[in-house]
Amino acid sequence: MKPVLTVSEITNIIKYLFDTNEILRHVYIRGEISNFKHHISGHMYFTLKDEKSQIRCVMFRNSNILLPFIPENGMRVVAFGFISIFAKSGEYQLYVEDLQPDGIGALHIAFEKLKERLAKEGLFELQRKQPIPFLPKKIGIITSLTGAAIRDLLTVIKRRFPNVDIIIAPVLVQGRDAAEEICSAILELNRLKDIDVIIVGRGGGSIEELWAFNEEKVARAIANSPIPVISAVGHETDYTISDFVADKRAPTPSAAGEIAVPEKRVLQNEIRYISLRLINGILGYIGARRQKLEYLKRAPIFKRPETYIINCSLIMDQLSKRLQKDIDFYISKKKSILNHYIARLEALNPLSILKRGYSICMSPDENKIIKRPKDVKNGDSVIVLLSGGRLLCSVEDSKGKGDDD
Amino acid sequence: MNSTLKYEDAIARLEYIAEQLEKGDLTLEEALTFFEEGINLIKTCSKILDEAEGKIQVLTKDLNGDLIIQDFNGGSEVIE
Repeated sequence: MKPVLTVSEITNIIKYLFDTNEILRHVYIRGEISNFKHHISGHMYFTLKDEKSQIRCVMFRNSNILLPFIPENGMRVVAFGFISIFAKSGEYQLYVEDLQPDGIGALHIAFEKLKERLAKEGLFELQRKQPIPFLPKKIGIITSLTGAAIRDLLTVIKRRFPNVDIIIAPVLVQGRDAAEEICSAILELNRLKDIDVIIVGRGGGSIEELWAFNEEKVARAIANSPIPVISAVGHETDYTISDFVADKRAPTPSAAGEIAVPEKRVLQNEIRYISLRLINGILGYIGARRQKLEYLKRAPIFKRPETYIINCSLIMDQLSKRLQKDIDFYISKKKSILNHYIARLEALNPLSILKRGYSICMSPDENKIIKRPKDVKNGDSVIVLLSGGRLLCSVEDSKGKGDDD
Repeated sequence: MNSTLKYEDAIARLEYIAEQLEKGDLTLEEALTFFEEGINLIKTCSKILDEAEGKIQVLTKDLNGDLIIQDFNGGSEVIE
C-alpha cells in the first residue's frame, strides 16, 4: 500500500521534477504575447501562445526593468527562463528572465511605440536642439573601436581638420549591454568638460544590430547631454530613435565627420582672401585720397590765386551796383507815398480855406480868434488874416446876431 | 575654442571691416583703426585654427573603475 500524500507533498515532488529537469531549467520559447498585464508591483503577467498551445508566464520586476521595449499583446517574442510550479495554485508557468522581440515586425512595433511616446513628450522638437559648434577644438566619439564607423570618422575628420583633438569612448554598439555602455559614455564625456561636440554611432547593420540606438535610455541620455550630440547610425536609409533625439542627424559616420568639423584648408583660404581684401582696401583708400590731393593741387585756385581774387572783385562790383539800384528804387517808392499824404494834409489845412476868399479875424497878439462881436469894443485893433496877407483894422461898430439895427 | 572670441564671429567682423575699407567713406583715422583691428583679427583667426594639437585619445576605465585617458595607439592602423 502506497503512503497517502498531502497536496503540498505531491506538489513539492512535481516541483522537484521540474526544477531538476535540464530542459526546463533553461528554455527559449517562441510565441505570441496575449493577456498581457503589467501589475502595479512592477511584475508582468502574460500568456505565450502558438496555434495549438499556450503557457502562462511571469516576468518579475527586476528582470523586466531592463527591457529595451514594452511588450504588447500580439507581439511575437522569444522568452528565456525556466519552468517551475507555482505551488499555491498548482500550476506550472514560465519564469521569464529575458524577452526579445522576435522578428522585424515586433521590433518595428516597439520602434513606432517609443517614437510616438517620445515625440509626444516633445523630445524631438526643434527648440530642444542645440547648435553644433562651427569649429570644435575637441570631439568626443562614442562607438566601437573595431568597427568601420571609427575608421571612417577618423579618416574624414583628420582629412578635413588634421589638428582637431579627438577622444574616443569605446563601447559595444550591439547586444544586451550596448545601450548601457552608450549611456554611461555620454555621461562620462560630459564630465570631461572640454569637449565641444559628441558623435555617437556605428556602421550599418540589421535592425537588431542597430537596436541599441532605438532604446529609450539611449534616447534620453542623448536628449539630456549638455554637449551637443550628432547621431551617426548605419546607412543613409536607417532611422533610429537616436537620430530623432540628437541635435543633428548624420546619415552615415563619414557624414558625421563632415558635419562636425569644417575643412581647415577652406578656412585658411578664407583668411588669406580676407587679408588681401583688407590690404587692398587700405591701399585703395590711401590711393584714392592721394589722387584727390593731386587733383586739388592742380586746381586753378591753387595755380593762379590772383584770378580768383579778380573774379571776386568783379562779383563785388556787380553786387554793389545792384544794391544801389535797389536802394534808389526803394527810396523813390517811399517818396511818392509821402507826397500823396502831403496832398491829403494840404486839403485839410485851414489856411487853404483863405484861398477861397474867407478871412479870419484875430486879436492883435494873434493869440485868439475873434468869433463874436462882443469879444471887441469899438476902437479896438484887430488883425484880419487873408489868403494874400494881413490887415490891421480898428473896430468902428459891432453888431451881434439877432441884435436890432 | 578661444573663450573670448569665436572664429565665426571674428570672420563676420572681418567681413564688415573689409566692406567698410572698400566703400572708402571713412575718415583717415577710422580707416587706419579698422585696418589695425582687421590685422589683429586675422592673427587671432589663424591662431584659433592652429590651437588644437591633433591628439587622439581613448577614454577607458582602470581596474577600480576610474576613468583614464590614454593615447590611441591604433591610430596608424585606422588612418591608413
